[in-house]
Amino acid sequence: MSNRPFAHLDALESESIHIMREVAAECANPVLLFSGGKDSIVLLRLAEKAFRPCRFPFPLMHIDTEHNFPEVIEFRDHRAKELGERLIVRSMEDSIKKGRVVLRSETQSRNAFQSVTLLDAIAEFKFDACIGGARRDEEKARAKERIFSFRDEFGQWDPKNQRPELWDLYNTRTHSGENIRVFPISNWTELDVWEYILRENLEVPSIYFAHEREVIRRESGLLPVSHLVQPDADEHSEKMTVRFRTVGDMSCTCPVASNAATVEAIIAETAMTRITERGATRMDDQTSDASMELRKKEGYF
Amino acid sequence: MSAIEKIPLEQTELLRFITAGSVDDGKSTLIGRLLHDSKSIFEDQLSSITNTTRKRGMMEGVDLSLLTDGLQAEREQGITIDVAYRYFATPKRKFIIADTPGHEQYTRNMVTGASTANLAVILIDARKGVLTQSRRHAYLASLVGIPHLVVAVNKMDLVDYSQSVFDGICKDFSAFAERLNLHHVDFIPISALKGDMVVERGDRLDWYKGTTLMDLLENISISHDVNKEDFRFPVQWVCRPHTEKLHDFRGYMGRIESGAIQVGDPITVLPSGLNSRVKEIVLYEGTVAEAEAPQSVTLTIEDHLDISRGDVMVKTGDLPQVTKAFDAMLCWLSEQPLDPARKYLIKHTTRVVKAVVNRIDYQVDVNTMNQETSDKLTMNDIAHVNIKVQQPLVCDDYQRNRATGCFIVIDESSNNTVGAGMICASA
Ligand SMILES: Nc1nc2c(ncn2[C@@H]2O[C@H](COP(=O)(O)OP(=O)(O)O)[C@@H](O)[C@H]2O)c(=O)[nH]1
Repeated sequence: MSNRPFAHLDALESESIHIMREVAAECANPVLLFSGGKDSIVLLRLAEKAFRPCRFPFPLMHIDTEHNFPEVIEFRDHRAKELGERLIVRSMEDSIKKGRVVLRSETQSRNAFQSVTLLDAIAEFKFDACIGGARRDEEKARAKERIFSFRDEFGQWDPKNQRPELWDLYNTRTHSGENIRVFPISNWTELDVWEYILRENLEVPSIYFAHEREVIRRESGLLPVSHLVQPDADEHSEKMTVRFRTVGDMSCTCPVASNAATVEAIIAETAMTRITERGATRMDDQTSDASMELRKKEGYF
Repeated sequence: MSAIEKIPLEQTELLRFITAGSVDDGKSTLIGRLLHDSKSIFEDQLSSITNTTRKRGMMEGVDLSLLTDGLQAEREQGITIDVAYRYFATPKRKFIIADTPGHEQYTRNMVTGASTANLAVILIDARKGVLTQSRRHAYLASLVGIPHLVVAVNKMDLVDYSQSVFDGICKDFSAFAERLNLHHVDFIPISALKGDMVVERGDRLDWYKGTTLMDLLENISISHDVNKEDFRFPVQWVCRPHTEKLHDFRGYMGRIESGAIQVGDPITVLPSGLNSRVKEIVLYEGTVAEAEAPQSVTLTIEDHLDISRGDVMVKTGDLPQVTKAFDAMLCWLSEQPLDPARKYLIKHTTRVVKAVVNRIDYQVDVNTMNQETSDKLTMNDIAHVNIKVQQPLVCDDYQRNRATGCFIVIDESSNNTVGAGMICASA
């Protein structure tokens, strides 16, 4: 047993760096998806470790639902600038204007439609590999996800037709029009991510920490009040001390009651917590046991 | 950049293992038990599988095996098709389980899951004893070179926790295992269902003096699972920043696959055979004096050599083989049989080359381990073959060095991964 704190992170980190370098070396036109969330913040540090003193051999891209928390967008721009790397932003608003996305209402959750804008951006820039921060511990359907996950011309994922992945010899080959999603932190858990953020002293958007916020209590969880979500006639909102475990669409990302104001406190809470990250925070994933899987098949990350 | 002596790298806190068993031996129950008793199951998961347990008509308890059910199609059919990865942690270690189901695609799935494992748990049903399948699992574990094997004799509750049943199974298994290249085998009597000897000892197996399964997983020494002797550094990427400050910087990026290296060590670049010395070992945090497997690092060297991705740096004097033809054990993974007339691609370390299967020497019957002559390879077949490649590979015998002995075969027209190979290179 070693005395070094979080020593298992060394092994995870080295694996992730190796994956990033494989993408850079073997894919013609990769991109790193950066949302401003904690998982992609870890990806950026891993990219620094993989490629500095060189520049990243890929741009960063954010698919903006325009339902994002303003703190997260501010953080995203600040971080990209600090790194001196190119940031591409493609907005769902454009897909809506072009008629590619048709929403039932302005306030409806946009998570499910991100795939349209993402696939359009992939086509626009001819990306053949998208590096993302998904983890296998997030959800049942992800447990079988490959690190290099192959998508057909329509961006679709066929769970029965995945390439076997052996040792760390990754098959990165695609035909033109097809692409690969790469998940360098597949083997990390939510706790690993927070421990790494602590160890590397990484900055994260303020909404991850406990703060006061107007929320509405609904059966499925707390909902933050914003221009997208207002209390119904028979509801009232209240001020609570909360934090977010994920950052996504403001209309459906639920905070949890928490006093954790530092990364250390978040780690302590995460180690104790008894509810999965998605179960706690994403209303759209609760609708059915298999909802994530259906979305993935349609090209969602 | 500041100079740091060495960043210590501890591999020992991450253990990857695989569970192997025939259908109904209790694999899912065991994984569920490990997750449950180590408190790695979340409340929402537990309530969801409790609901499903009730829906399926079981009025009491929870069916822990539901926890590891993956995708919708499988949930509907009630079978698992592929390799799924599970995570849990105890204060001592973090664990990654490669969960591979046992049915006809088994060889392919087990080889895949085993390829990254430090340890395999082979489940045997105490009532049934050592079956053909158990032998197959043990053979595959030895083929893929899994360093540690644990035989978990399950359902001890159904044989009255009998010591003589357990002893008999240990004896049978050992007799057979002698023929295999297994490094280390442990036997543990358990009841995955009741929880005996998994995380808790229970009080029904008092005659057994060994450790619980969890104890073993937490404490088994895995620091020697990677080859510590032979320095092997396949170049992944060459870093040339072209900035004013770093105008002449030329860093070779990659992961140390085995062995260790220090600044000043003489190195040989293969396949070219040119020599130089290590000038700097660069990490994001600064430069270090030494580094070891499996660290990802950037190396600079004293001389200007033409080095690119696919080349391998080794320590001068400790040379691997550089060859355009080699023997290998090849496991076929694709529904489309091997076509000996065709060219395939082989990915080995960071190099991709064209290859043909020159000769199939024999096929191994995974159930009996008998060698049979054969002129074809279909899915799940394992054969001893000779392969010719267009450019030389820098390789070691797989049993000596997993990282430089393994390769995958890619079908150039479909881009699928169709084979997994382990190089046999007698020194
Ligand atoms: N009595 C008893 N039954 C067990 C034990 N382990 C598993 N089972 C039962 O054996 C059946 C098959 O178990 P399962 O975990 O689904 O097997 P798998 O096909 O290997 O994943 C289920 O009905 C389990 O409840 C055990 O230790 N004792």
